[in-house]
Amino acid sequence: MKPEGLKLINEEGLRIDGRRPDELRPVIMEVGVLKNADGSAYIQQGNTKVIAAVYGPREIHPKHLTLPDRAILRTRYHMVPYSTDERKSPAPTRREIELSKVIREALESVIFVELYPRTTIDVFIEVIQADAGTRTAGIMAASLALADAGIPMRDLVAAVAVGKVSGQLVLDINQLEDEYGEADMPIAMMPSLGKIVLLQLNGVLTEDEFKQALQLAKKGIMKLYEYEQQALRKKYVEIKPEEV
Amino acid sequence: MSITPTNLRIVSTLKKHSMTSLIEKGLRIDGRRLNEYREITIIPNYIAKAAGSAYVKVGGTVVIAGLKVGVGTPFPDTPNDGVITINAEFVPFASPTFEPGPPDENAIELARVIDRSIRELRAVDLSKLAIIPGEKVYILWLDIYVFDHDGNLLDSSMLAAMTTLLTAKIPKAIVKDGKNVELNEEERIPLPINNKVVTVTVGKVNNKLIIDPNVDEEQILECKLAVSISEDGRLAGMQKMGAGVFTEDEVLEAVKLAKEASKTLFAKISEAISKVQ
Repeated sequence: MKPEGLKLINEEGLRIDGRRPDELRPVIMEVGVLKNADGSAYIQQGNTKVIAAVYGPREIHPKHLTLPDRAILRTRYHMVPYSTDERKSPAPTRREIELSKVIREALESVIFVELYPRTTIDVFIEVIQADAGTRTAGIMAASLALADAGIPMRDLVAAVAVGKVSGQLVLDINQLEDEYGEADMPIAMMPSLGKIVLLQLNGVLTEDEFKQALQLAKKGIMKLYEYEQQALRKKYVEIKPEEV
Repeated sequence: MSITPTNLRIVSTLKKHSMTSLIEKGLRIDGRRLNEYREITIIPNYIAKAAGSAYVKVGGTVVIAGLKVGVGTPFPDTPNDGVITINAEFVPFASPTFEPGPPDENAIELARVIDRSIRELRAVDLSKLAIIPGEKVYILWLDIYVFDHDGNLLDSSMLAAMTTLLTAKIPKAIVKDGKNVELNEEERIPLPINNKVVTVTVGKVNNKLIIDPNVDEEQILECKLAVSISEDGRLAGMQKMGAGVFTEDEVLEAVKLAKEASKTLFAKISEAISKVQ
């Protein structure tokens, strides 16, 4: 139930956290945050905080899971118990099982899996603070971690959720907008190839609204793609020639 | 943890080639056009002991959905609403690739896509299913069972789920002493329905889009987009499934195809319901 008097969009057309409808939350991206993993990344998007880590390509046990012509992908999206308002049981929920699947399927066409037959590439995503947009932040962190692990990819993945709130389409929804909004549409793309790798719609939109939502999402995705490249450059490219 | 499937059904390379080249020409291996459903049979009230049920056959895919009803406490955040729980199971004999055990990621995804479409559209008016607001409400369990897998389980399951809800007769609740609730099995009432929804799954093969893929065609699909459409033509949910990618144009085209095909499905539901009423 929506609390009395809660206004998700005010008279000036601004959102509950002061953003304009087409404005992203502040983003922090950092690559190489863990010592043990082959690749890792941290993303903070508003109040959402996510860590992703990659191991592999490495041997699989049990062996019968191997494929002779490509690497398999194993993906886990998980929310830690203290990430939400009410404690979340650490056991995998139906939601986490579904999201692990859609994130894995999104990454299958991004990674050059055919380069590493008979191996596994493991992608782990831990949501440490949830404030909506965790799957989209998670998949971005995963793509940065994959790049950090040196795994060849067709492109980075940038992702954002568009929502419908008080009848208006808004970019990158937060928790309140997700809870009391009319629709939530997470979408992930390989931006420079123009390919959609993840698309879900929870909620009701007309066909026209859906078209507008796609355009709005693309706008946000192009910005996030910029930030991802900056984060990678910060770790890998900022070694100036004279220092080498 | 979600793992790349390794126990896929094997389709011969020759058959894959012929399916692909036929689709390139706008044809299908079973003689259909790209935007055509297989034969659909819907039998409502298939299970007498359920409050509602439906047998659905699409091509060779067989799904039976059933509704059971109870009384319970509402969720704290929606104290004046009834509760609906949707679950799906793929029984082991339905396909050589299915295993016994709790629902796997595919069954969970299917149930959740159906659940979201029905919930977000408020297809069932849960606000009318409170018995004592804040204390006692109807609890609806909608269980979807797949008995034979010949492709496109999602659209078939949604047809079964929707037909079940539309034809269900739930026992009337009687409040005694202002706090005890009993269900009167003798007096039955229909569920309060606001809207109808169907799901149309569009598959992509070599930049061509097809609807209602059969089980062999599913092996050559790069990916699928499931689009839930309400009877008034709005989009009530969407899910990209499978490893491949879509372009923006393909997604928009898929939505158009789904909207058009949804009319066939609504007609089938209406036809089936009219026979029982």
